[in-house]
Amino acid sequence: MARVVFPDHLHRFTDGTHELEVDCSSFRQLVRILEQTWPGIESVLTSTMVAIDGQLFQDAWFEKISPDSEVFFLQRIEGG
Amino acid sequence: MAEAANFKAIGTRPIRPDGVEKVTGRANFGADLNLPDMLHGKVLRSPHAHARIKRIDLTKAQAMEGVYAAISSADFPQEVTLSLSKNILARDKALYHGHALAAVAARTPRIAEEALERIEVEYEVLPPVLILDDAMQEKSTLVSEDLRTNDDESSPPSNIAATQRFERGDVTQGFAEADVIVQEEFRVPSAHQGYIEPHACVATSNPGGRVTIWCTTQGPFEVRSATAGVLNKTVSDIKVIPSEIGGGFGGKTVVYLEPVAVRLSELTGKPVKMVMNREEVFRATGPASATLCKIKVGAKKDGRITAATAWLAYEAGAFPGSPVGPGCMSVFAPYDIDNFLVEGYDVLVNKPKVAAYRAPGAPQSMHAMECAIDELAQKLDMDPIDLRLKNAAKEGTVAPYGPKFPPIGLVECLEAAKRHPNYVNKPSEEVGRGVAVGFWFNIGMQSSAEVTIAEDGAVSIMEGSPDIGGSRASMCLMAAETLGVPYETINAHVGDTESTGFCNLTGGSRTTFATGLAVVKACEDVIAQCKARAAMTWELDVEQVAWRDGQAVPKPGVNIDVDPLSLADIAKTMSRTGGPLLGRASLNAQGAGACFSVNWTDVTIDRETGKVDVKAFTAIQDAGRAIHPSYVEGQMQGGAVQGLGWALNEEYIYDENGVVENASFLDYRVPVASDMPMIDCEIVEVPNPSHPYGVRGVGETPIVAPLAATSNAVRDLLGFRINDLPLSPPNVLAAIDEAD
Repeated sequence: MARVVFPDHLHRFTDGTHELEVDCSSFRQLVRILEQTWPGIESVLTSTMVAIDGQLFQDAWFEKISPDSEVFFLQRIEGG
Repeated sequence: MAEAANFKAIGTRPIRPDGVEKVTGRANFGADLNLPDMLHGKVLRSPHAHARIKRIDLTKAQAMEGVYAAISSADFPQEVTLSLSKNILARDKALYHGHALAAVAARTPRIAEEALERIEVEYEVLPPVLILDDAMQEKSTLVSEDLRTNDDESSPPSNIAATQRFERGDVTQGFAEADVIVQEEFRVPSAHQGYIEPHACVATSNPGGRVTIWCTTQGPFEVRSATAGVLNKTVSDIKVIPSEIGGGFGGKTVVYLEPVAVRLSELTGKPVKMVMNREEVFRATGPASATLCKIKVGAKKDGRITAATAWLAYEAGAFPGSPVGPGCMSVFAPYDIDNFLVEGYDVLVNKPKVAAYRAPGAPQSMHAMECAIDELAQKLDMDPIDLRLKNAAKEGTVAPYGPKFPPIGLVECLEAAKRHPNYVNKPSEEVGRGVAVGFWFNIGMQSSAEVTIAEDGAVSIMEGSPDIGGSRASMCLMAAETLGVPYETINAHVGDTESTGFCNLTGGSRTTFATGLAVVKACEDVIAQCKARAAMTWELDVEQVAWRDGQAVPKPGVNIDVDPLSLADIAKTMSRTGGPLLGRASLNAQGAGACFSVNWTDVTIDRETGKVDVKAFTAIQDAGRAIHPSYVEGQMQGGAVQGLGWALNEEYIYDENGVVENASFLDYRVPVASDMPMIDCEIVEVPNPSHPYGVRGVGETPIVAPLAATSNAVRDLLGFRINDLPLSPPNVLAAIDEAD
């Protein structure tokens, strides 16, 4: 199961959950599973940045997630 | 990935394709466009930093001869409640001195300015909130009465728009294990990007609602979407044509004038030109956040960091959205720390809404951390680079913001610094030296490119990333390398929003990485077509054809006696082999590798005046792979000078009413050439595995380390630390006097 971590500023959308394990094979599937748990979170998660196994994605969707993946949601980064 | 030694084009330093136009004054920048029958737009700005707008009467202005239209926010779609819209034209409240209230379009700029004076505004003046510490108090005057922290409706209104928090391990235990602890507070003032070219645009609309905007911007597609959002249009109604750009550094990722010019054009039926003057740029466009950063770091005697905490408050200006998030994520990024806590606060004040400025958020927080690391080195009597090497993040280190680092070049940069002659040669007693590390995440995002081949084999690249730092040359070099043709046969063009595929803005150090990736893939598309046409010509299967050194050749073992076909050969006969050669690519680039740097500053101080002189500055940075080394060095040098300016002199000086007192380059002191030594550069290359040539973005990181490197150099020379920037003569002199 993939390890999924939410930073503190997303805890209000996850009822305070910081970390959980999810059985999923893609980012899209992960988001849909989380949406079932916390209705409304999909729009938050798809507008934030995510790191999957160390790789940063500004707009993830079909990216693969394996059983030993680590998924971190992060604040979106822009630049100057 | 090919080794550097095998590259023919990449790593060379040819003249940029746009160079002649720019140095001969032929290039067109934002304010250079004039259209027949064009009007001139001007903006009325608030004289108060905080005031309720009770009434705006435009009638006298509208009645003036030569005035064609006058508007206020009432002329914008009221159903659009974006803060962007409220920043472009204030609604119920003016939220900072210089906030736009109304605009006019007139036959001449002078008539427009006179018309502004006829606009009557009735205010209820309110006390402004100007200082972070005040704004964070529970009983502070509110910039916005509706704002609640983190949108939590159960909490009372506050100037704290959002909070951040990152935590790992056990901070209490970590500090208990420390032999040495450093705890300090640091303030960094607002600094402006200081682009030489002010914001400027021309907008024209036709009766069918179609709009064309010419403007200076880092992102024409973002101007299109922002203007559409503010004016409640569809993006297909709007075409944006970017001019050449005279600097941006993040400040031209935002729209201020374009929706106003469009609305004025719609009302008058004529083109409308709007150009900010320098004072407007200072008073009404976004600077970088002013910050208060509190840092605590503990370490063992051997230098290993055991725990760290950061408390970071960033001014957002009048609307939410400071870069405190990246500030929190970057503050400990260079280090492998088991126990840490980072807390961040996005705080509203009655000042202009902040905007991105090179590595937005990182210079301020990392200034605090890098000064604390320097203090730690002093206490431990360790070389500051050795201390950083002891704790440096490397491939596999779990970054403080969560993910594991892929290959990164911090250790390589630190090792390069240790052996650099400028570091090996110790400064004399009258010279102070300070070291600091810089970091930026880098981003990818969406880019498109088209590569067309002319009938003589000449190559034309069309892409949508405005060229701020020589990116056309970098695109041409990557195309030359990929296609195997001479650089001189290639040209690159920046298209408008209807002539090229979508490209996100030039920012975040993404262009050479992401748009470059699109160019490489578009070239590969051309190569695939060339191979197919050669196969057709030779009556072979395409799998039997290779592309080598700019030519189609039969693969080894294919028994056929033919001459290779060059790109020009294939182009010459393309009408007979399938028509024009056109390669395309569009992508959402992922894997922009993080970029680290190491800088050190050598300074002297005039103890009579407090003036700090930079005698030498050395920048070492991981570029992944330097496509055009001169432009990598240009980014390193430009970022260093901006960082040195921020460290030494740059700050917004406000009076008690929230009025900026130094809104000109005469009083807002950016470095000039005579202030600066030669910025020595060394490029380290730890290739980014997510790019075919190993590219990492290089434009953001260079501004990060100079702030702390300069602070640390001053501390080295004085023997005590001045925690707050800028290290301007009055501030340094006051500190020396106090110490004496």
